[in-house]
Amino acid sequence: MRAIGVILAGGNNEGRMGVLTDFRASAALPVGSCYRAIDFAMSSMSSSGIQKVAVLTQYNSRSLHDHLGSAKWWDLGRKQGGLFVLSPYISRMDNNWFRGTADSMYQNMSFLRRSNTPYVVIASGDAVYKMDFKKVLEYHEEKNADITVVYKDMSGKDLSKYGIMQMDSDKRLQEFEEKPLQANSNMASLGIYVIGRELLIDLLEKVIAKGKYDFVKDIIIEFRKELKIYGYEFNGYWNSVGSSVVDYFNTNMDFLNKDIRDAFVHQYPYIETKPKDEPPAKYNSNAEVKNSIIGSGSIINSKVENSVVFRKVYVGDHATVENSIIMEGSRIGNGCVVKYAILDKDVVLTDGKQVIGKPDNPQILRKGTVL
Amino acid sequence: MRKKEMIAMLLAGGQGSRLGVLTRNVAKPAVTFGGKYRIIDFPLSNCINSGVDTVGVLTQYQPLRLNQHIGIGIPWDLDRKSGGVTILAPHVKGGGDSGEWFMGTANAIYQNLEYIESNNPEYVLILSGDHIYKMDYSAMLDFHKEKKAAATIAVLEVPFEEASRFGIMNTEGDDKIYEFEEKPENPKSNLASMGIYIFTWSRLREALIEDSKVHPDSDFGNHIIPRMLEEGQTMYAYRFKGYWKDVGTIESYWQANMELIRTLPDFNLYEDFWKIYTNTDHQPPQYTGPEANIKTSIVSDGCEVYGQVYNSILGPNVIVKKGAVIRDSIIMGDTVIGENSQLDRCIIDEDSHVGDNVKIGVGDNIENEMKPKIYNTGITVVGHMTTIPNNVVIGKNCVLLGNTTEKDFADGILQSGKSVIVEEVNL
Repeated sequence: MRAIGVILAGGNNEGRMGVLTDFRASAALPVGSCYRAIDFAMSSMSSSGIQKVAVLTQYNSRSLHDHLGSAKWWDLGRKQGGLFVLSPYISRMDNNWFRGTADSMYQNMSFLRRSNTPYVVIASGDAVYKMDFKKVLEYHEEKNADITVVYKDMSGKDLSKYGIMQMDSDKRLQEFEEKPLQANSNMASLGIYVIGRELLIDLLEKVIAKGKYDFVKDIIIEFRKELKIYGYEFNGYWNSVGSSVVDYFNTNMDFLNKDIRDAFVHQYPYIETKPKDEPPAKYNSNAEVKNSIIGSGSIINSKVENSVVFRKVYVGDHATVENSIIMEGSRIGNGCVVKYAILDKDVVLTDGKQVIGKPDNPQILRKGTVL
Repeated sequence: MRKKEMIAMLLAGGQGSRLGVLTRNVAKPAVTFGGKYRIIDFPLSNCINSGVDTVGVLTQYQPLRLNQHIGIGIPWDLDRKSGGVTILAPHVKGGGDSGEWFMGTANAIYQNLEYIESNNPEYVLILSGDHIYKMDYSAMLDFHKEKKAAATIAVLEVPFEEASRFGIMNTEGDDKIYEFEEKPENPKSNLASMGIYIFTWSRLREALIEDSKVHPDSDFGNHIIPRMLEEGQTMYAYRFKGYWKDVGTIESYWQANMELIRTLPDFNLYEDFWKIYTNTDHQPPQYTGPEANIKTSIVSDGCEVYGQVYNSILGPNVIVKKGAVIRDSIIMGDTVIGENSQLDRCIIDEDSHVGDNVKIGVGDNIENEMKPKIYNTGITVVGHMTTIPNNVVIGKNCVLLGNTTEKDFADGILQSGKSVIVEEVNL
């Protein structure tokens, strides 16, 4: 593979995720009972044959560092290349936090310089998808592009969350509007780019010198006419878990859909994650589980429906869990009722408690809450 | 030269013939247990949890699956720069001699003296890959050192009436061993050897070399331990109190698995302390469908259950299709159970495919005609990579292996006690 990878995992998404990002970067959000959001970008890069990947972290990176502590689960524990987890640091010349996505790459320029592949694949760390970057790269070369932006037709979706692209018939970018109130196209950038490595270095030096720090605003939009920027259409499943709580909730629930689950879970290449070595899920004599995912190490004693239950969850007797996301290590006491709720990690509901939210506004209990 | 205080030698070459068709393609230590585990995971996890980071695994019988499972030892944190896990297979020795198989448990260790010497250990822990248990070998080592013993043998207190089935240690008041009796008719003690030994290496080394001159099939129980006792070496019994299961027969294997599905099993896999590790190359979510019903069962990662599962164990990535009903059974990894099939008291090995509308475990409990000593408790066993066609009825104590077709089932029925073994032609 003639590219290195850069995963932007620094954000907390400006508070859009409520208490879910109190303790973690959005790239570390738990997804689908055993994954974290960044597993999707990591696994896509690894299975596309990218052998050197930098993850740029900043906001609340402890859980990300824990998760990425060993790169071997993604086959990125290498002597040649492998995984680089890069955080802002203080040096004699510079004590800045990352001031934007472009700045985060600029501050880690040595990673870009010390590589010798012609291309860089840039992706955000908080989306759920599976992509063959080899194909994007082939397209990039075929178009002889300077930058390729991966987009998806988001007809019918709330377009104001995305960067909206207008392209000519050859897919060359004409206009790019970040989070427009009134969108002029349905084509939304997925925040995934292919760019020449040396070109990226040049552009970063140019914009940072002018005190500009954002990759989309100060590179893509600024140079949209000057550079040959092309769109590459992606038709597979893609959802950002970092854009809103409802998106996060729905993306998790999508794993109850057989086709989506098959695509991520049962079809090669698999999404890899850090293993936790929990025993198989245990269904006791009064378990009543329907249309749900149950994580390993969980013990179920009563009713669970239409829910995503992560690892090591305990559901007591005569409890009801419906349409909810229950994260790792939570305990639901006897007789509790949980509907349309997100229980973050290690939440404890003592016997008889009720947590009931709405489909468009799930109730969230912060990590470690004891009710 | 590197120096390890204690290294482990894990004997994993045995066939485990009493497990019948389950060990046809794999050595006993590679047989799955408790859904996602293999038997060897228990001693390997005990090693790393006890701080033993150098383990030689001796293989001989059908080692492929075992080798793939162990790899470089990543799941057990046994991928080490110094030490770690090493597979030790029988090999041709230099100097013009032809190679030879491992002829006995002690002979296997003797043939790997070089490996042990290269680690320069003070003590050597001998383990077998046959048992289900959690044990802190470092506590046993402390005991061994405290007693200044040449050998320490882990023992389990068994009921006196069962003692004649085991190797029994006769001891003095402080558990110093004065005699070893293999399956004694009139046992003097109820301390049964668990096949777990710690030896002071210099003493074991000497005994192995001396014994190899007289016994080409040198065995720990029959030769090394009696020899060392005769020489008057200090040997102690180390009493183990806890869960320990030999899963040597179809029935005991089935029972030990079934114990795990109780609400409070004797052997707890769900505690954070002393985890058991295994190699699951990826650990996808497990899905239970809208019409599924699962009760009193354990279900591993990656399963997709649309049917009913009661009192059973599902290994990783098992698919149970709509309308299927599984009771009191063990379904190993990557197996598919077809629509509306009914399975009672059976064991289906890995990578198998049971068709639609199949019934297994029907009829009288007639022991197996070919191997009555192995299959006699009503459990029907389906071997590795077996295919069973749609609409057939299969009795109790049956054995099936290979790509079976309608032709193998007269009138669509396989009576209790019958077997269908379809040999692969030209692999």
